[in-house]
Amino acid sequence: MIDYLIDPAHWTGSDAIGVLIVQHLVYTGIALLVAALIGVPIGLYVGHTGKGTFLIAGVANALRALPTLGLVILLVLIIAPVFASELAFVVPSLIVLVLLAVPPIMTNTYAGIRAVDASAVDAAVGMGYRPLKVLFAVQVPCALPLILSGFRGATLQVISTATIAAYVSLGGLGRLIIDGRAQNDYDQMMVGAVLVALLALLVDLGIGLIGRFAVSPGLTRRRIRSATRPTTPRPTTPSPASSALVAP
Amino acid sequence: MNFDWIGRESDTIVVLLLWHIALSVIPVVIGLAIALPLGWAAHRSGIFKSAILGTTGLLYTVPSLALFVLLPPILGTKILDPANVVVALTVYTVALLVRTVSDGLDSVPVETVQAATAMGYRGFQRLVSVELPVAVPVISAGLRVAVVSNVSVVSIAALIGTQQLGLLFTQGAQLQFLTPIIVGIVLCLVLAIVLDGLVVLLNKRLTPWVPKAVHA
Repeated sequence: MIDYLIDPAHWTGSDAIGVLIVQHLVYTGIALLVAALIGVPIGLYVGHTGKGTFLIAGVANALRALPTLGLVILLVLIIAPVFASELAFVVPSLIVLVLLAVPPIMTNTYAGIRAVDASAVDAAVGMGYRPLKVLFAVQVPCALPLILSGFRGATLQVISTATIAAYVSLGGLGRLIIDGRAQNDYDQMMVGAVLVALLALLVDLGIGLIGRFAVSPGLTRRRIRSATRPTTPRPTTPSPASSALVAP
Repeated sequence: MNFDWIGRESDTIVVLLLWHIALSVIPVVIGLAIALPLGWAAHRSGIFKSAILGTTGLLYTVPSLALFVLLPPILGTKILDPANVVVALTVYTVALLVRTVSDGLDSVPVETVQAATAMGYRGFQRLVSVELPVAVPVISAGLRVAVVSNVSVVSIAALIGTQQLGLLFTQGAQLQFLTPIIVGIVLCLVLAIVLDGLVVLLNKRLTPWVPKAVHA
C-alpha cells in the first residue's frame, strides 16, 4: 500500500490521487451547496410557521430507506441518454447526492428552530422585532448547533455516496476502489479506502471546528477570552439571562 | 418493466432477498447486544461518556464502501466473505445505538429510579427490571433508524460482490436493463418498511403501560 502511495506514476495524469481528492471535494461541495439552498429555506419556513411538519418527517424517513446504489444506477440509466457528454454520469450522481443531503439539513434546521426557547422568541417579539428579524437575529443563532449537526450528517452521507457513484463513472476517490476491484489490485483499493475514510474524518472535524467559532458563546457556555479582561473574576455560574437561551 | 424476467429469475431474487434480510438483521441484533453495556457505561460515567461517544462517532464517519474494503485485512477474511458486511454493519449499528442507549437511560426520570431503589431494587436488578424497560421507547427509536439504514447500506456491498439485493443493481447496470434495478429498489423499500414495523410492534409489546395514542 505504501509502495502504491509513493509511486510517482500515481500522482500524475488525469487520475492522479491529488486530482481524485479535489474531484471528491468539488462534488461534495456542489451537492451540499444545492442541498442547503433547498433544505435550509424549507426548514426555516416550516420551523418558523409550524406549517407542513408532517411533510418533513415523512420525506426524511422515506429517503433513508432508499438504497443509494440502486438510485444512482437507475438515474444514470434513465438520464444518461439525454446528455451526450461526460455530464451524463455527473448530473445523475449529483442529483442523488443532493437528494440525500436535503433531508438531514432540512429536518435539523426545522428541529433547531422548533427547539428554540419560546421565551426568547417572546422577548424578541416584545422588543418589537419583526418576524424576519426574530427568525434571523434570534431563532437561527439559537438553532445553529442543530443546523450544523444536520450539515455534518449530510456531508458524511454525500462523501460516502460520492464514493459509490464511482461505479457509474463518477470521478473522485471511489475510482481507486472500483477500478482496483475490477483489476484485482488490492493495494489500490486499500489506498482508496484509507483516503476516503481520512477525507471524511477531516471534513467532519472541519465542520466541528466551524461550529466552535460560529455558535454563540451564550449557547455553548464557552468562556469568552477577551483582550480586555476584567480584573475582578467573572462569576462561574452562567447568568440567568444567558441560561434562558440554552435549548434543553 | 419486463415481468417475464421477474418470473424467470424469481428463485435467484428470493435467495438474494433472504441474504439481504440476514445481512441487515444479524448486525442489528449483535450491535444492540454490544451497545447496551457500552451505552450503560457512557450513561453512568461522566469521564468515559465523551470517550465512548467520540470513538463510536468516529467509526460512524468511515464511508461504508471504504469499511468493506478495510475490514478483510483486519479480520483476516476473504474480500467476498459475508462476515465483512456483518462486521461493518455491526460497527455502524453500535455507533448509532450507544448514543441512543445512553440517551434512553438518561431519560429515565429520577423519581422512577428513586422509587425503585426505595422498593428494594438494587444495581443490576434495577437496571434490567426498571431502567431499561422505561428506556425502551428511546432505544427503539434508535433501533428503527439503524434497521432502516442498514437495509440501504447492505446493498452497497454489491460493489465488492457480496450476495444480496444490491447485485440486482450492478446486474442492471451491466445489462443496461431497468427491471432488476426497480425490483431491487422496491424489495429494499418493502423490507425496510416491514423491519421498521416489526421494531414498532416490539416496542408496543415491551411497553404496555404507554397510552395507545403516544405509540401512533
